[in-house]
Amino acid sequence: MYEVIITRPRSLAEAIEALGDDNATALAGGQTLIPTMKQRLAAPEVLVSLSGIDELSGVTIGDGEITIGAATTHAEVAREVAGACPALAALAGGIGDPAVRNRGTIGGSLANNDPAADYPAAVLACDATIITNDREIRSDEFFDGLFSTALLEGEIITAVRFPMPERAAYAKFDQPASRFALTGVFVAAGGGVVRVAVTGAGEDGVFRWDAAEQALMKDFSPSAIEGLSPDPSGMIGDLHGTPEYRAHLVGVMTKRAVEAALG
Amino acid sequence: MPADGGIGASTKRREDVRFLTGQGNYTDDINIHNQAHVFFLRSDMAHGKINGIDTAAAEKMPGVIRIFTSKDFEGVGGIPCGWQVTDRFGEPMQEPKHPVLAEGFVRHVGEPIAAVVAETLQQARDAAEAIELDIEELPPVVDMAAALEEGAPKVHEDLSSNLCFDWGFVEENREAVDEAIRNAPHVTTLELRNQRLVANPMEPRVAIGVYDRADDEHTLYTTSQNPHVIRLLMGAFVLGIPEHKLRVVSPDVGGGFGTKIFHYQEEAFCTFAAKAVNRPVKWRSSRSEAFMSDAQGRDHVTKIELALDEEGKFLAIRTNTLANMGAYLSTFAPSVPTWLHGTLMAGNYTTPLIYVNVKAVFTNTVPVDAYRGAGRPEATFQLERVIDKAARELGIDPIELRRRNFITEFPYETPVALTYDTGDYHATMDKLEELADLKGFEARAAESKKRGKLRGLGVNCYIEACGIAPSNLVGQLGARAGLYESATVRVNATGSITVMTGSHSHGQGHETAFPQVIADMIGIDPEQVEIVHGDTAKGPMGMGTYGSRSLAVGGSAMVRAAEKVINKARKIAAHLMEASEADIELKDGRFTVKGTDKSVAWGDVTLAAYVPHNYPLEELEPGLEETAFYDPSNFTYPAGAYACEVEVDPETGKVDVCSFHAVDDFGNIVNPMIVSGQVHGGLGQGIGQALLENCVYDDDGQLLSASYMDYAMPRADDLPFYSVDHSCQTPCTHNPLGVKGCGEAGAIGSPPTIVNAVVDALQRAGHDVTHIDMPLTPARVWAAMQG
Repeated sequence: MYEVIITRPRSLAEAIEALGDDNATALAGGQTLIPTMKQRLAAPEVLVSLSGIDELSGVTIGDGEITIGAATTHAEVAREVAGACPALAALAGGIGDPAVRNRGTIGGSLANNDPAADYPAAVLACDATIITNDREIRSDEFFDGLFSTALLEGEIITAVRFPMPERAAYAKFDQPASRFALTGVFVAAGGGVVRVAVTGAGEDGVFRWDAAEQALMKDFSPSAIEGLSPDPSGMIGDLHGTPEYRAHLVGVMTKRAVEAALG
Repeated sequence: MPADGGIGASTKRREDVRFLTGQGNYTDDINIHNQAHVFFLRSDMAHGKINGIDTAAAEKMPGVIRIFTSKDFEGVGGIPCGWQVTDRFGEPMQEPKHPVLAEGFVRHVGEPIAAVVAETLQQARDAAEAIELDIEELPPVVDMAAALEEGAPKVHEDLSSNLCFDWGFVEENREAVDEAIRNAPHVTTLELRNQRLVANPMEPRVAIGVYDRADDEHTLYTTSQNPHVIRLLMGAFVLGIPEHKLRVVSPDVGGGFGTKIFHYQEEAFCTFAAKAVNRPVKWRSSRSEAFMSDAQGRDHVTKIELALDEEGKFLAIRTNTLANMGAYLSTFAPSVPTWLHGTLMAGNYTTPLIYVNVKAVFTNTVPVDAYRGAGRPEATFQLERVIDKAARELGIDPIELRRRNFITEFPYETPVALTYDTGDYHATMDKLEELADLKGFEARAAESKKRGKLRGLGVNCYIEACGIAPSNLVGQLGARAGLYESATVRVNATGSITVMTGSHSHGQGHETAFPQVIADMIGIDPEQVEIVHGDTAKGPMGMGTYGSRSLAVGGSAMVRAAEKVINKARKIAAHLMEASEADIELKDGRFTVKGTDKSVAWGDVTLAAYVPHNYPLEELEPGLEETAFYDPSNFTYPAGAYACEVEVDPETGKVDVCSFHAVDDFGNIVNPMIVSGQVHGGLGQGIGQALLENCVYDDDGQLLSASYMDYAMPRADDLPFYSVDHSCQTPCTHNPLGVKGCGEAGAIGSPPTIVNAVVDALQRAGHDVTHIDMPLTPARVWAAMQG
C-alpha cells in the first residue's frame, strides 16, 4: 500500500466536502478497496471514510418498504431484515465470510458493482431505489456495466429503498475459490410483476432476464422455467465455467429461486 | 492403550499449547537488531531477454541501502539440483544453471530479477518500482507437448531442447512389455492429467540472513523442513561458506507439504546480502509471491495401458508420462517423476511386467518439485483409475478385480525395483468393506435418488514407499545426498533427557511423539524428555522431514542412540549394585538385579554418570550422551484401502463428498491421535486436489490462479466427517520401531477414490463417462454429463 491520508467525517455534509478534493476516494467497508490498495493496484491520496456517519447507517422497516442506510454492514442487514424480507436477509448473510459481513456495506457493494457481487441482483430484482446525497436513482438506471454505475464524481449513496416483495428468493451458486456468485439469481414478485435479476454470469454485470420474467408472470412456478436458459453469448467464460455452463446455471438457479420463493 | 504416555498412547500434542495461544516462534517472529528488508523485483513476463536493468533512479530513493542484480553474483554458484537422473540411453539429464537473480533471461513469471535492500519493506518496494527494466519479450512455452515439438522456443537457449531427460524404467523390460500388451486378451487405456498444484502452507516462506563480521560467521533463519540440507546446499554449492561458519536455524515451521524442503534463491540472497551490506537482511514472502515462487507440485500428463487376461489377471502395464519441471530444476525435482513414481507402478498387485517412460520437460512456468506424496500420488492415480476402468470394461466388480491381483506373499520383489517387506492387502480391504458398509450402498443410492441426486461409490487401494531410504541405493539412483537420519540422546545429570534430532517438525507433532518412544524405552514420564530440532548449531548433521520419514528414520536413529545410552547406564548400574551387567534389567525407570530386590533408580544412575565418585572410571567414561546415525536398509511400505461415497447434483454438476473411509496399515503406531490427524490432513489435501485445486497458466505463461480468488483451497464444509482406521498392522520388518510413516497416505490414496466415485455416479445414471480430469469442478462434471 502507498501512503494515504484517511479522513473520518462525522456528517454527510463533511463527507461531501471532503470528497470535493479531486484526489479523494470514498471508503465504505473497504472489503474491495483495501485489498486493491495493498496490491498497489489503487493509489488514492485521500480516503474519506463513510463508516463514522450515523445518518448513513441503520435499517428502517416501513409500510411496504425497507430503507437501508448505505453504511449498514451485511451482518446488520442479515439480522435486521430477517423478518421483513427473508430473501434479502439470506443474501446478505451469504456474502463472503463473517469478517467481510461485519465490515462490508451495502452502499460500498453497490457503488463498486462487482459483476459477481450479490446485492446488485437484489436491488435490480426488487426494483429498489438508490438514494444519493443529490437524487434518487431507479435500479434499472443505476447499474452500468462492470464496476460502473450511474453515480457521478463525488456523489455518495446514502440509502437504498426496497419495496417489500410479496414473494422473493435468491439462489446462488458459488464460484469454488472466491465463493462470489458464479451465478446468482434473485427473483422478486409483487403487484403482478415478476423481476429476475442475474449476477455473476453476464459479461456486462448484473442483468434482468426478460424471458424468465415473462414466463413467470404467466405462471409463477418452477415448471415455467423448465428448459429455459439465456443465450450463452454475453455470458462470462473463465477458469470456473464456460459461457454455456453459466447460461445453464442461470436457468437452474432461477428455477431454484422460484421454488424457494414459493416456500 | 497405555495410560502412561508411552508408545500407543494418544498423548495430546504438547506443542499445541504454544501454537494455539499465539506463543509459537516462527521465522517471521524473529527480528534482529538493525535489520534491513529486501523486496524482490520479479518478472511479470514468462520469457524474455534482459537487455538492461537501470537502477540509478531507484538507488536514490529514500531508505535504499543497496540494489542487487545478477552482476553482483558473478562467481557465485547457481541453486543446485540434488538429484541427477540418467536417461534411458545412459546420458545425464540436461541441467541448466539456476541463478540467484535472473541472468540474461527471465524464464517464468515470478523469477527474481533484482533485489532492493532498504531500511523498510515499504521503501524497498517503492524503490523496486523505480527500477527501469529493458526486457525483450520472447515467445514462451507453456504446454509440455508443444515444448517438445521440433522448432519450439527453448526455455534455455544453451540447452539442446526443452527435454530434460527421457527416462525408461525398467528399460530392459521395454520390449517384453510391448509384446505382452500386443498379445493380451484385453487392454484398458486411459489418458489423464495430474494437475499442477500450489502447496499453500499456512506460513509463507521467510528468510533472514545475519553476518557476524567479528567472527566471520553467517546465520540464516529460514522456514525449512531440513536446515542441515540447506546449510550443505547453500554453503557448499552456492556461496562457498564452510559448515563451521554457517548456521541455519528453522524455528517453528507452519506447514510445508514438501515445498519447504528445497533450497531457494531468497535464502542464498539474504545470507549473501547480509555480508555485503553488513546488516541483517530479512525477506518475508507475501501470499502473492508464494503463488509464483514456492515450488509447485504434480503436473503430469500420462497415458497408461493395462493388459489383462480373461480372468482379470494383470499381465503388463505401460505408461508414457510428460512431467513438467518448470523453468529450472528445483532441488529434488528430477527424482519425483522417476524414482518416486516409476517404482510405485506395481501398486498392491502382482503385475509381472511394467515399463514406465517419463519425459521431463522444461516450460516457462514456476519450477515443480515434491508435494505431499511426490510421485506416489501420480502413480497411484494412474493405476487405480485404469484398474477401475478395466473393471467396468470387463464387468468385474472393482473390489473383486483388485483382490484377484493382490500381492499376498512377502517379501515381494516387484518388477520395478522395490522389495515390499510386509503387508496384508486383503485384511485392509476386509476392514474397509466392513467400515464403509458397502452392502448398504444401494439403499443409500436409492435415498439419494429420491432427493434428485446421483450417488456413486469409489473404492481403491494404494501403496507408497516411505522412510526414504537406503543411502547407498538412492546414491546409485542419482541422489546427491545421503538419506540417513541422526539423533543425539543427551541424558542430563538428574535423569531428564534432551534429544537432538535431525528430523524437523513442520506440524507433525515430533515434540510429543518422540518423547513417547524414549519414555517407553526407559520407563520414565515423557515430560522428562525434550526434543531439540531445527538448528544446525544444536544437533548432528540430519536430513530433515519429508517422505513420511521422521519416525521411521529419525525415530529409529533416536532409538539406536537411546539403546547406546541404556547400555552404558546398565554398566553404571551394575557397578553401583556390585552385580554382573548381564543380570541388570531396566523397567519402569529402575535398574534391578535379576532375581533380587536390589534396585537403583534411573536418576541415581544418571547422577553417578556426571558425579563419578563411585564409578568405574578405568572402564567407562563419565557422562551419558550418545549419538547414532541410522541408515535404513529398505523403504517402508504403508498401504491401505479407501472408499468414499459422493452425490452429484445432475443439474449443476456439483459433487458433495458424503462419506470417506480410510483403512491404513502403518505398521506399529506411537500416537494414534497424531496418526489420525495426519490422515485427516492428507485426505483434505487429496480431496482438494480431486475437486477444487488447480494451478493454471494461460498460453502466455501468466498465472491465472494467482490468489485465493481463483485458486480453490478446500474449506471445512467441502469435506465430510472422516472415518479412519489403522487397526490393520503389519509392522515394518527392518526398523527398530516397526513403523512405516503416515504423513502422505491420505493425499496419495484419496484423489482416485473421489474420481472413481464420481465416474461411478455418472455411469449408474446412464452417462457414458469413463474419466474426468481433476479437479472435478461443477463445470467439468456438468460438461461431462452433456457428452
